[in-house]
Amino acid sequence: MADITVDARNLQCPMPVLRIAKAMKDATSGQTLELIATDRGALSDIPAWANDMGHSLKEQFEEGSEFHFILVKS
Amino acid sequence: MTAEISDEAALEAAVEEAFEEQEDPAKPEKMVLIAASGDLDKAWPVMILATTGAAYGMDVTVFFTFWGLSILKKPDSGLTGEDWRQKMLAAFNRGSPDKLGLSKLHFAGLGPTMMKGLADKYHVASVQELLETARDMGVKLWPCQMTMDLMGISRDDMIDGLDEPAGAGSAISLMKEASISLFI
Repeated sequence: MADITVDARNLQCPMPVLRIAKAMKDATSGQTLELIATDRGALSDIPAWANDMGHSLKEQFEEGSEFHFILVKS
Repeated sequence: MTAEISDEAALEAAVEEAFEEQEDPAKPEKMVLIAASGDLDKAWPVMILATTGAAYGMDVTVFFTFWGLSILKKPDSGLTGEDWRQKMLAAFNRGSPDKLGLSKLHFAGLGPTMMKGLADKYHVASVQELLETARDMGVKLWPCQMTMDLMGISRDDMIDGLDEPAGAGSAISLMKEASISLFI
């Protein structure tokens, strides 16, 4: 279970990135964040953002129409 | 003796300056967007890129010039300016994100209404929302002083939370240092 859950369902680009960025800013190093999105663009945007920002993307899976991303703050 | 001390002070200052000039890895990268259009389909990507740049931890500045100033105008700014020609410009370019037109398929306002309806249906954040988010994320919003004067738009005709009006020189100085500069 993630420390923080970020709900970005039903939000289009660029909102999933903005939501995870905000949550990440408030989180502390080592904390786990789970982002849930329905925007298909997030499939490429979230890994790109995490890679650029140096946060690790631990896991990524689909559940129905939802995309889940488990990230660890650097 | 006095000269020696001042020499030492000068040397220290020079060393300090050299250190400051070194690239600081913690210093955020810069992104500059020039928003020169008052079209809805240009204002949208401007605000999307500005907020996303901020989400990437970048130091983002949006420089609003010419029709781009319409994005910053208050909805009730009315016929701005003193000259009748400025008032004419204002009459045909009503301010605020809500009144922006489309560059194509405008159809006397039907196009933007349909586009906004679609944005609502498909949960795309509006220009207004993104503008507010940008402000909250610390994106700097610079109105262009020259176009403000040319079009008769005063500081009071524009929304709160903007940075001081600036000119082309400030924009160039910033773009010289920026890793991303776009004219939209």
